[in-house]
Amino acid sequence: MDILNYAFMQRALIAALIVGITAPAIGIYLVQRRQALMGDGIGHVALTGVGLGFLLNQSPVWVATAVAVAGSVVMELIRWYGKTRGDLALAMLFYGGMAGGVMLMNLSDAGSNANLGTYLFGSITTVSPQDMTTIYVLAALVLAITVGLRRQLFAVCQDEEFARVTGLPVRLLNLLIAVTAAVTVTVAMRVVGLLLVSALMVIPVAAAQQISRSFAVTFSVAVAIGVAVTLTGTTTSYYVDVPSGATIVLFAIGLFVVLTALATPLAKKRARAAAQPDAGCTLEVPAGRSAPDDVSVAG
Amino acid sequence: MKEPLPEPVIDLRGATASLGARPVLRGVDLTVRSGEVVALLGANGSGKSTAVRSVIGQVPLSGGSLSLFGTEFRRFRAWARVGYVPQRTTAAGGVPATVREVVTAGRLARTKLGVLRKADRAAVHHALELVGMADRAKDSVNALSGGQHQRVLIARALAGEPELLIMDEPMAGVDLASQEVLAAALREQVARGTTVLLVLHELGPLEPLIDRAVVLRDGCVVHDGPPPEAVGQHALPGHDHVHPHADAAAEPIRTGLLT
Repeated sequence: MDILNYAFMQRALIAALIVGITAPAIGIYLVQRRQALMGDGIGHVALTGVGLGFLLNQSPVWVATAVAVAGSVVMELIRWYGKTRGDLALAMLFYGGMAGGVMLMNLSDAGSNANLGTYLFGSITTVSPQDMTTIYVLAALVLAITVGLRRQLFAVCQDEEFARVTGLPVRLLNLLIAVTAAVTVTVAMRVVGLLLVSALMVIPVAAAQQISRSFAVTFSVAVAIGVAVTLTGTTTSYYVDVPSGATIVLFAIGLFVVLTALATPLAKKRARAAAQPDAGCTLEVPAGRSAPDDVSVAG
Repeated sequence: MKEPLPEPVIDLRGATASLGARPVLRGVDLTVRSGEVVALLGANGSGKSTAVRSVIGQVPLSGGSLSLFGTEFRRFRAWARVGYVPQRTTAAGGVPATVREVVTAGRLARTKLGVLRKADRAAVHHALELVGMADRAKDSVNALSGGQHQRVLIARALAGEPELLIMDEPMAGVDLASQEVLAAALREQVARGTTVLLVLHELGPLEPLIDRAVVLRDGCVVHDGPPPEAVGQHALPGHDHVHPHADAAAEPIRTGLLT
């Protein structure tokens, strides 16, 4: 395993591992409340942060985090108040974020088209030791929230109205999901790039759904799939010299297709097994008893 | 000497509310006292669902007053005392979840920081048994029938062991077998002293449980008293109730549950 002899590849693999864990961990809640594309929107907004970072000569990762968090909070506010044309407002935010990023990057001295490509599509081998510290801190935060508050987040994403009547701080929890998603986007930025980050939040969850019946299992399997595709994707990109982000995402889609193909006969088998006991019941009703008898018992 | 009336659990007075520009409630008075079972009846668009949703704070009142358990609504925080069954056709979200996972969400109001103790697990199991879904606890809610979804939603509300149960059309789209199970579950709750407010389209199998019916028409209360005869007769013993939802296979299942 000569791949482990290089410090930059060690960092790349650790970063890939962390993204493989955190992206599906927050992505599952977005999918659960049917907002699978929110990660994509945050990715677009984060690009403005990257551009701003270059322009101000600050760390692009931290500025991108700040801008992505602000953008995600705005998206959440639009979801609360802008009921009618919320989708249009979100579209403005996405494209505005993208255009702002390209513009700011162009205005800065350090920013160039090569740099833009690094952030759009990821460049895992350029992860620096300083980046690693950032990634560790942010990933710890994401995991603490997505695992520690899993029951609360599950309730809010499953049925928001019910969660409010339970007395949960629904707005706070929704904001927390938005902010956590924004942080995850910037953590994953160097690994798969801003344009593909949403794929790692959604595809492992979609793949895990094919073979699981419970939320807990979906969560674990999605994280396992995330880790598997980021590690194999990064390793492959080292040996074959292909871009890491695209490789990871294509592996994830491949796994989704395989699991879907495997799951279809499994689901049919389960449906047959579930149908049989019900069919048996109708045969065991004693003769001579009719439904009207029982209505009077109930009364 | 008359006994004093029990404390009002829900006290809605002169409530007005509108959805967009359309006034939906136009001065509704609704009092539900401890231990009472009150049905809110009315045609589609009469405001019964809005009335119930305003009681749990999901529709803001534009006028009037509301208090729960004697506390003014703005200061009310004891949501663990309230169990709510929303009007839904499904209990499923965008990710698979088991029946137990969904029902456990109803226990959150009673847990500290979401940590489940033995008593919490027992309460969830008991709620599942009440609605006859304990054997389906590990199944995905996506695999359930319409009536079973409703049973899960009710179990979720019961898992919090509420003192006040609020249900919005719990019998909508529910097959006869599930209706009878739900009626039995509700009977047990009422026997334990739970106060119940429920929105119904028709009284059906719940008729014997209901103390009082409040009928709304165009956002106004037009009847507040014993359940109206015309609707109640529907579920009287011996009434040949041929329900459109009941297919041939459902009849024998119903028989089994009632013996």
